[in-house]
Amino acid sequence: MRRKNTGESYCLGIESTADDFSVGISKFNGEISANIISAYIPLEGGIHPREAARHHAKVASKVLEKAFQKAVIKPRDLSIIAFSQGPGLGPCLRTGATVARALASYLGIPLVGVNHCVAHIEIGKLKTGANDPVTLYVSGGNTIVSAFDSGRYRVFGETLDVALGNCLDVFAREAGLHQEIGEPFGAVVERFAANGKRLIPLPYTVKGMDMSFSGLLTAAIDLLKKGEHKLEDLCYSLQETVFSMVTEVTERALAHTEKKEVLLTGGVAANKRLQSMVRAIAEEHRAEFCVMPREYAIDNGAMIAWTGVLAYKHGAVTPIEESFVKLRWRLEEVEIPWVK
Amino acid sequence: MKQPLLIKKGAEASLYLANWHDRIVIMKKRLPKKYRLSELDGQIKTYRTIHEPQLIHEAKKTGVPTPTIFLVDVRNAIIIMEFIEGKQVKQLLSEVSKSERQRLCFKIGELIGRLHKYGIIHGDLTTSNMILNSEGKIFFVDFGLGEKSKELEARGVDLHLMKRTLQSTHFRFAKECFSTVIEGYSKVLGAETAKNVLDKIREIERRGRYVAERKVNDR
Repeated sequence: MRRKNTGESYCLGIESTADDFSVGISKFNGEISANIISAYIPLEGGIHPREAARHHAKVASKVLEKAFQKAVIKPRDLSIIAFSQGPGLGPCLRTGATVARALASYLGIPLVGVNHCVAHIEIGKLKTGANDPVTLYVSGGNTIVSAFDSGRYRVFGETLDVALGNCLDVFAREAGLHQEIGEPFGAVVERFAANGKRLIPLPYTVKGMDMSFSGLLTAAIDLLKKGEHKLEDLCYSLQETVFSMVTEVTERALAHTEKKEVLLTGGVAANKRLQSMVRAIAEEHRAEFCVMPREYAIDNGAMIAWTGVLAYKHGAVTPIEESFVKLRWRLEEVEIPWVK
Repeated sequence: MKQPLLIKKGAEASLYLANWHDRIVIMKKRLPKKYRLSELDGQIKTYRTIHEPQLIHEAKKTGVPTPTIFLVDVRNAIIIMEFIEGKQVKQLLSEVSKSERQRLCFKIGELIGRLHKYGIIHGDLTTSNMILNSEGKIFFVDFGLGEKSKELEARGVDLHLMKRTLQSTHFRFAKECFSTVIEGYSKVLGAETAKNVLDKIREIERRGRYVAERKVNDR
């Protein structure tokens, strides 16, 4: 064993599925020692995968260094390296994977590939104390309602096209909304929506348990371009419609599974209106409402590190030759031996 | 019976047995959702209260027995429809003889085939949503998750739920039942379409999706 100074076991996790490059360090008991996040901010437009990957490569060594400083450990104190193996943007994933492979082979310690969506759920459980929740995970890249059943996190409902966060982002950009530094577009839409009063009808598309946002987005942009409505009212209507959709699906999952907790996570979890809707259904079904603090709700390395610990303890190790990234790795493809 | 009797409380609507003009009927009431703006809530309930009876009626036109709609009260989001007296196929499958079971499954396959042929997707094909009445007719109920579509994906998802219901509630003869359902289905839609839908189901299974999409509930 390589533990020299502290006698503790540490896992370092690298997250690079999209616009954030992040390194987290978790002790084997779940104590998070570091969680450093560096966001790539495009000069204009959305995330360009190659540009984001270039950002990740540029900041990688600095973010690693900061994480070691924060955790007050040295690379030799690590027992395992975890990295997000998918799903996500190819160039971004590959950059993180390359850093992870290099570290693991240099230190001669095991590598563990982690599913990004599983990691969001696991850090959610760790940080909120939830045991067995229905999880609503809403971000710029994912919109998934899931719950554990027979060995895996099953997807009860999901988006059929764009993610909810992406829908808000694109609308905000089309509207020419201005972001403060570090402020996500979702927060800008939330600010405008707070002053909206009039509900403008938009397509409400729930198909069984799945949702579709693309038609709604097009309709909202069309209305925007016509210029007949106040921007505040459009933001308000957009929010009310998309949040009602995800809440409805979450409620169905809750009613069917009869679970006693609802976990809200992902970047969009920070939205107060969404929180209030999900809290309302949790109360109605006598379930506990758990919402993630922003630092751990957005993409972060700590969740990868912690999930790496769980997987490693159950014998999951990823040999270098099998550590290729999986762009479309679905949540329910992953066996979860640590949940009974 | 003076007061409507609650017989099922779902995530979206409640079902009551009620007395309506000296007739025992089913009353389906969509409940207000507090998390939604009342305006939006109203629009959604209205749309669904109108849409579901339309599908039920169209299904009947394709030759699939469904409850007769007596009244649609859009303002109160209530549908009043015929009460189908009979037994849920869910119960029957484990009680009846093998030949009767095969007859039922073949018939169910034909009925699903007819819906799909005319572009109706039921959306919740569980054996608890099928009722055999005293005349031997199988009725399909609850089109609340239904839609109009002729796409292979929608048909596959529809039948996949049927398959999964059989596997979880009737596991002893799930295989036999499902292949008989498919026989009935291909009699209506033709062997080629049936094969395409079966391939689609296999693809859906490989995706791992929908595996626990809906717990087969005890209705």
